[in-house]
Amino acid sequence: MAIRWFYYAAPQNFYALAGRLWPWLAALTLVLGLAGLWVGFALAPEDAQQGEGYRIIFVHVPVSWMSMLIYLAMAFWSILGLTFNTRLSGMMTRALAPTGAMFAFLSLWTGALWGKPMWGTWWVWDARLTSELILFFLYLGYIALTSAIDDVRRADRAGALIAIVGAINVPIIYFSVKWWNTLHQGASVSLTRSPSMAQLMLWGMLLMALCFWAYTLTIVCYRVRSLILERERYTAWVQALPEVSGVKP
Amino acid sequence: MRWDSWSQFWDMGGYGLYVWGSMGVTALCLLLEVWLTRQAHRQALALARTEAQEAS
Repeated sequence: MAIRWFYYAAPQNFYALAGRLWPWLAALTLVLGLAGLWVGFALAPEDAQQGEGYRIIFVHVPVSWMSMLIYLAMAFWSILGLTFNTRLSGMMTRALAPTGAMFAFLSLWTGALWGKPMWGTWWVWDARLTSELILFFLYLGYIALTSAIDDVRRADRAGALIAIVGAINVPIIYFSVKWWNTLHQGASVSLTRSPSMAQLMLWGMLLMALCFWAYTLTIVCYRVRSLILERERYTAWVQALPEVSGVKP
Repeated sequence: MRWDSWSQFWDMGGYGLYVWGSMGVTALCLLLEVWLTRQAHRQALALARTEAQEAS
């Protein structure tokens, strides 16, 4: 099936598509979340070293993955935006940023709550934690910069530069536990070797990760529609929408 | 089910504060974001409606 990329690159068409998609994605988020919490809290055994405290993993690892992935997605849209000068790219980047910032914050928050009982400290300036903190600041910088510039297309282009240049930080976060001696442990799951944890723990974590994927897609579909309405409210197609004109189709 | 009672479940083997502090704040953030996003959408719709009325 060929997806009509250029068709959906038009805000008008993407508005309709995102409107049809988000309820399904929201339902998927709920199902995956309930399944993940059930596996993580009702089925998965306790950890040999960390007892029940390890269960923070079911939220800490997925939110950390999302915080990095969303930044890469923003860089991707920014490159598209600068290359093809499409209107939708800037809106997608902006729709992703608040959710990415939230996940970066949650990564730091849940990490602190995990570090205190296991390492004996809420925070340490090691490579993994510091680079994740920088990621959080990059998100805030992107949001602050784009909202400080009144001309939206200029703001999009300036933001795109932060998103692209800042993306160098993502592999640094990811490989920091390999490149430097850190208090933070190495990767729990990698593509090159079998995971170092029990099956049920792994499933709980993967289900929660999929849940946050679905959540992000839901919220981005929803938010990008608001951005499209805001920016295109002078156009005939927005004013003809039944939810805007009040006329039933 | 791995738990004999609710109190055991909330206690999390002594790690209750840390585990529920993580889960709770995450749930709170998600709910807050959903609420804010809906608010923003209502505002965007209102803005577009005003524009449509002025144009017509």
